[in-house]
Amino acid sequence: MNAPTYNFAYLDEQTKRMIRRAILKAIAIPGYQVPFASREMPMPYGWGTGGVQVTAAILGPDDVLKVIDQGSDDTTNAISIRKFFGKTAGVATTTSTTDATVIQTRHRIPEASLHAGQVLVYQVPIPEPLRFLEPRETETRRMHALAEYGLMHVKLYEDIARFGHIATAYAYPVKVNARYVMDPSPTPKFDNPKMDNCAALQLFGAGREKRIYAIPPYTTVVSLDFEDHPFTRYRFNAPCALCGADDSYLDEIVTDDKGGRMFVCSDTDFCEQRQAAGHHGTESAAPHKEKAHV
Amino acid sequence: MTTIAEMPAGFADKVLSAQSTFRSVMDAIARPGSVQRVAADVGTPAGMMRGAAAIALTLFDHDTPIWLDGAMSATPDVARWLKFHASAPVVADPSIASFALIGDAANLPALERFAFGSSEYPDRSTTLILQVDSLTQGPAFELKGPGIDGSAVLQAMIKPSDLFQRLSINEALFPRGIDVVLVHDDSIVAIPRTTRLIASGV
Repeated sequence: MNAPTYNFAYLDEQTKRMIRRAILKAIAIPGYQVPFASREMPMPYGWGTGGVQVTAAILGPDDVLKVIDQGSDDTTNAISIRKFFGKTAGVATTTSTTDATVIQTRHRIPEASLHAGQVLVYQVPIPEPLRFLEPRETETRRMHALAEYGLMHVKLYEDIARFGHIATAYAYPVKVNARYVMDPSPTPKFDNPKMDNCAALQLFGAGREKRIYAIPPYTTVVSLDFEDHPFTRYRFNAPCALCGADDSYLDEIVTDDKGGRMFVCSDTDFCEQRQAAGHHGTESAAPHKEKAHV
Repeated sequence: MTTIAEMPAGFADKVLSAQSTFRSVMDAIARPGSVQRVAADVGTPAGMMRGAAAIALTLFDHDTPIWLDGAMSATPDVARWLKFHASAPVVADPSIASFALIGDAANLPALERFAFGSSEYPDRSTTLILQVDSLTQGPAFELKGPGIDGSAVLQAMIKPSDLFQRLSINEALFPRGIDVVLVHDDSIVAIPRTTRLIASGV
C-alpha cells in the first residue's frame, strides 16, 4: 500500500488561494491586519500555525527554507517545521541566513542583514497591538480605522510613570508607513530597527487569531516613543562568550547554582559564522551585569 | 457553443504554476513599478493575455466575484473559461467584485464604480487587472512608496492615459483604495494603493 501523499506544501489549493489573496492585500495596506480563514494545522496553536500557513502558501520547489526559533536553528519547533516542509514540499533547507530565500521566524530577526529576494515570515501569537488595552475587536478595528492610537501612547507613558523609562522590552509597538500601529510579534525591541527600510519582504501570520499582515520592502517602520524618552534598544552588557560579538542580541544561560551565567548570541547561525571566521569569546561564565541601553 | 474539448486549457501544472504565478504577483506588489514575468504555461480564452489568465487561475475561485469589462464580455468565452477552470462567479455590479478584468483599458469605468473597501475593512476592495499595450516602452512614470527604494521608473503604454491621475484618489482615501495589476503578455507590474506618481514624462 502506498503511503498517503500530501498536496505540495501540505495545504490544499483552495486554502492557498485564500491565503495568497490575503497576503496581497496585506502588502498593499502595510501594517493592516487582514482577516483570513486560518486552517487547523498538524501542530497546536502557539507553535507557529500562522507562520506555517503563510510559508506553505508562498513556498515553491526552488526555495531554500530556514526556520528559526528565538534565533536558534536547533530548537524543537524550528527543526519540526523545517522537516515538515522538507517532507511535504521537498524544498531545500538551510541554517544560513544569507542562503535562505524564505525564513520563518519565531521571536527574532536574524543579525545578518536581509537582502532583496528574501521573505521573512513571522509567527505571531497576538496580532492586535491594542488587544491588552481594549479587548473588543469592534473597538480596536474602529481605532485602527480612525488611526486613534492615543491609548498606546498612554500605555508607554504609564511605563515611564512607574519605572522611569519605557519598560516594554518585546512586542514593542511600531508605526508602519506612518499609518498603522502594528505588533512586530514578540521580538525583542533590540530587533525593531531592523524592520525599518528592510530590503526583504516581511509577512506576519497569526493562526489562532486568523490575521495576516505585512511590511513591504523599503517601508518606514518607526518604534513609538516620546521626544524626551526616545526609543532605545538594549542588550546584556557583555560580549558573546562563544564568538566575542559585542553587537548581537544575547541569551543568558545559567551555568551553575551559584549565580554563574554565560551570555551567548541568540542567533546561532550568526555565532557559528563568526566562530568559523576565527572569532572567539572567553567561553567562560561572566558575572551578571545590568542591561545597557544602547 | 463551445464544447469542453474546444475550451482553452488551464494551467499545465495546477499546483506549481499557481505557486510560481503567485510569487510573480507577490513580488510585483511588494516592489511596485518592477516588471515581473509569469512563466507558467496557461491556455487563454480569446481576448485574455497570458499574464491575466495565469493570475485568474492563481487567485480566482468561488469566493471571488469577478467583473468583466465590455471587451472581456464581448464573447462568452472568457466567462465560460473562468467558470470552468476557476468556478468564479461573474457579476454585473463592479462594486461587489473582488477582481475586475479590464481588456479595453481605454474605456475603464470611473474608479468610484469599484469597491474601495471600508475604513474598518480596507481589504474588501476590488483589484483591477488591466491589460495594457506595453510595459517596457512608452512614456516614463516615476513612482515612490512602500516597496520602492527611493524611486522607480516604469516605462509603459497605459490607457487610460490619465490612469495615475485617477489613482491619486488612493492618497485621499487611504487605507481604502484600489490596487491595480498591469498586464502585457506575460509581464506584470503592480500599482498598489500606496504607490504615488512623482513625475511622468515622454
